[in-house]
Amino acid sequence: MDMQVAKKKLGLKERYQVMTRGLDWTPSYQKMEDIYPYAAYEGIKIHDWDKWEDPFRLTMDAYWKYQAEKERKLYAIIDAYAQNNGHLNVTDARYLNAVKLFLTGISPLEYMAHRGFAHVGRQFPGAGPRVACLMQSLDEIRHAQTQIHSLSNYNKYYNGFHDFRHMLERVWYLSVPRSFFDDAVTAGPFEFMVAIGFSFEYVLTNLLFVPFVSGAAYNGDMGTMTFGFSAQSDEARHMTLGLEVIKFILEQDPDNLPIVQRWIDKWTWRGYRVLTLVGMMMDYMLPKRIMSWKEAWEVYFEENGGALFKDLARYGIRPPKWLDQISFDKDHISHQAWATFYQYGAAAAFNTWTPSDEEMDWLSQKYPDSFDKYYRPRLEYWREQAAQGNRFYNKTLPMLCQTCQIPMLFTEPGDPTKICYREVDYQGSKYHFCSDGCKEIFEHEPEKYVQAWLPVHQIYQGNCFPEGADPTAEGFDALAEVLKYYHVEMGRDNLDFEGSEDQKNFDQWRGQATKNA
Amino acid sequence: MAVAALRKYEFEPADAPAKFHGAQLLYVGWEDHLMFCAPFAFPLPPTMPFGTVVEQVLPGAFGYHPDFARIDWAKAEWFKSGRRWMPDFGKSLADNGLGHKDVIRFRTPGLTGIAGSCS
Repeated sequence: MDMQVAKKKLGLKERYQVMTRGLDWTPSYQKMEDIYPYAAYEGIKIHDWDKWEDPFRLTMDAYWKYQAEKERKLYAIIDAYAQNNGHLNVTDARYLNAVKLFLTGISPLEYMAHRGFAHVGRQFPGAGPRVACLMQSLDEIRHAQTQIHSLSNYNKYYNGFHDFRHMLERVWYLSVPRSFFDDAVTAGPFEFMVAIGFSFEYVLTNLLFVPFVSGAAYNGDMGTMTFGFSAQSDEARHMTLGLEVIKFILEQDPDNLPIVQRWIDKWTWRGYRVLTLVGMMMDYMLPKRIMSWKEAWEVYFEENGGALFKDLARYGIRPPKWLDQISFDKDHISHQAWATFYQYGAAAAFNTWTPSDEEMDWLSQKYPDSFDKYYRPRLEYWREQAAQGNRFYNKTLPMLCQTCQIPMLFTEPGDPTKICYREVDYQGSKYHFCSDGCKEIFEHEPEKYVQAWLPVHQIYQGNCFPEGADPTAEGFDALAEVLKYYHVEMGRDNLDFEGSEDQKNFDQWRGQATKNA
Repeated sequence: MAVAALRKYEFEPADAPAKFHGAQLLYVGWEDHLMFCAPFAFPLPPTMPFGTVVEQVLPGAFGYHPDFARIDWAKAEWFKSGRRWMPDFGKSLADNGLGHKDVIRFRTPGLTGIAGSCS
């Protein structure tokens, strides 16, 4: 006689169903809008959450198993790198300044992305995206941890790695990446997904991870290369999630299109501004260069991003705004950014320098239309002055853009000799912007950006000195006190690379490995 | 437009004039001299004469540039919010109509930076 035998194991699909959708339930004594208060106020209309298709059928147990394998490999390489004094195999100690900027400016963003996805994962009424956001939230906190752990090795030997978490909320240039994420995590859940899930993860992180991590490999930094490749394999999953979310929102209701389009415009522009830092790292901070910022932009944004926007055209999405200016800027922003850090090198948590002749020739070759004409004369002048003991340290604080918080260093579309000034009067006060993009973002939500924590204004308000400092005391040295508040040690963490402790130590340690003396 | 929010969304601006201990912010840019990467921000008393800004404040900020010593201030062209404007050097910032967070620029004809590169 036939016996009904209970199935011992669930199939993959059933198992996935049980471990994700099976966790969802319909509330009986609470209203849906009380449980999910953030689901509707942005104006996005979702009619059927069950239409959500998961791009990756990943459950917690599978995630654990898969990531544990990756982590074992990652930590084996990091340990080997540390035990074999891998830090002496980098091309030049100058390179480590790019890593310092990564640790202070990028790794904390991974943590903020973790928080953002954890928040959003709680707010969506659909179980599918909730689970997908939870998985990404875990990825992001792992990225923060592996990056901090990998880079902690350098903290034993080099300056500037000691207090990245403290610096994030204080140091002037770190307000740029921080304000980007503050803006995203204080937006609604759908805007966060378009901001980070789509614009940042899909359109922009390739520019961060691929050329920069390749640059780490070129410069002998196996630790950074390893966490970069480990993270990059997750990025593919994040990119797919970002794209699925956009498609899902657009397919649900035609009224969603203009809202999503505005978010794409806003977050592509804001992300592009943050990537200025990456452009400068690639063109100026890598002793052995892999490709110019301009080349990276053309491959990863114009070609790859362009193809993506062609795909999205069927939903009515057009390419992001201000592309003409972005296209013009690719010849300029890395030079403009490095010139800014060079002159404010007394207030940065890393060393700066002028490029060598060979490096300037490389820049001329990569930027034939702009480098020799606009930037070489400035750099050569600074180098001559430094050789005469008159190194340029700009001690007057710059005017900042109210939206992106970057000093007003960007130039007019089409004219790299004129600073781009834009301003708005709002409720009896003036607000200033570096571009039409930043101005328009402000105009749409002025109440949000009038609260911006602009480092220069905060210093002038007296909010950036250590406790007990008295700005009215005779001989009060404002810069020295601000550096103390930052936890930047004068003469060790900042100033020129030439003559720095990092330079001397690296040369001495490497010398011991290759010489008898 | 306005922020989409669940409830009333009103906060004080972070840069309200009252927070600057009696000073007001003035932004000053020098055209064609991008060796200074951006215009500068100065906290100044509204009673400060404009001439004092030029004689005592600007040299500390822009003096590093070799062109600065060559400036003929009588020929300098001034702009406020991008439009031509004539300051009265003897009058205060307030009497010159400069309020909190106003932006002015000056152009120094004939001086175009290091090797004419606008640096």
